[in-house]
Amino acid sequence: MKWNNEVMSAPTTETVQLADEVVKTQAPWVTIVWNDPVNLMSYVTFVFMKLLGHPKPKAEKLMSDVHYKGQAAVSSGTREQMEVDVAKLQGAGLWATLQQDV
Amino acid sequence: MAGFRRRHGKLVVALHAGEVALLADVTDQIRDLLAYRRAEWPSDPLEAITGIQAASSTPPDDPALARLLPSFHRDDPELAAGMRILYEPALITAKDHAAVALLDSLPPGGGTVRLSEETAQEWAAALNDVRLALGVRLGIVEDDVEPDLDATDLGDAGPMMYDAYRWLSALQDSLVTALMR
Repeated sequence: MKWNNEVMSAPTTETVQLADEVVKTQAPWVTIVWNDPVNLMSYVTFVFMKLLGHPKPKAEKLMSDVHYKGQAAVSSGTREQMEVDVAKLQGAGLWATLQQDV
Repeated sequence: MAGFRRRHGKLVVALHAGEVALLADVTDQIRDLLAYRRAEWPSDPLEAITGIQAASSTPPDDPALARLLPSFHRDDPELAAGMRILYEPALITAKDHAAVALLDSLPPGGGTVRLSEETAQEWAAALNDVRLALGVRLGIVEDDVEPDLDATDLGDAGPMMYDAYRWLSALQDSLVTALMR
């Protein structure tokens, strides 16, 4: 019976671990923009509209989050997509980084 | 300063000779900073064959350059190093391209600047890089707080540079506002 129990429990544990792994690798990545004292509010809004394709109200909301809360997640997706977004935003001079959204 | 306006689909501003000289000077300095960074890259024996220069994996020591080229990840240096090698060359090229676009459209000796939508966006990015670098040199660290110029090593040039910074801010703001109209 003991042997049986182990056999019964082992796959369960493994399944859980696998599921965790899957969840971890599929967790979307996010692009974060951090507040800085130089970037103008108008420019940050403009960049969110032009480079990320956000409509003006959303761009303004994100800009305001960056300004007043210190940071905002401005896009999410695969790591590769976020690398592209960070590169675009840094190209425009925004302080952007990427991280896994856990 | 009157600032940029949208006229017949173009972004237009009139600049004095002194304003043109200032823009040329600060934008040239951004190009110099970027060139300095490129020169820091390690020399790669494969470069002669592939034509591809190996970029650096570490952030620039110069704080102004470090602000222009931040790390891609805040807490994972290994990931950030890999992405810097991958993306920094293109970022430097894009920034230099914007700086050149600005310099190329300056009327020597002053006059009217007329920018297409596309060139205006290059200007907005170039002006932003100039302000980021100036902001670091001026010690601007907090929103809406005047920098302590005595704490910098700028000496007598400090107040003049801060005036330039504020003028560039107003110019960029007028350009972006006109672009969004």
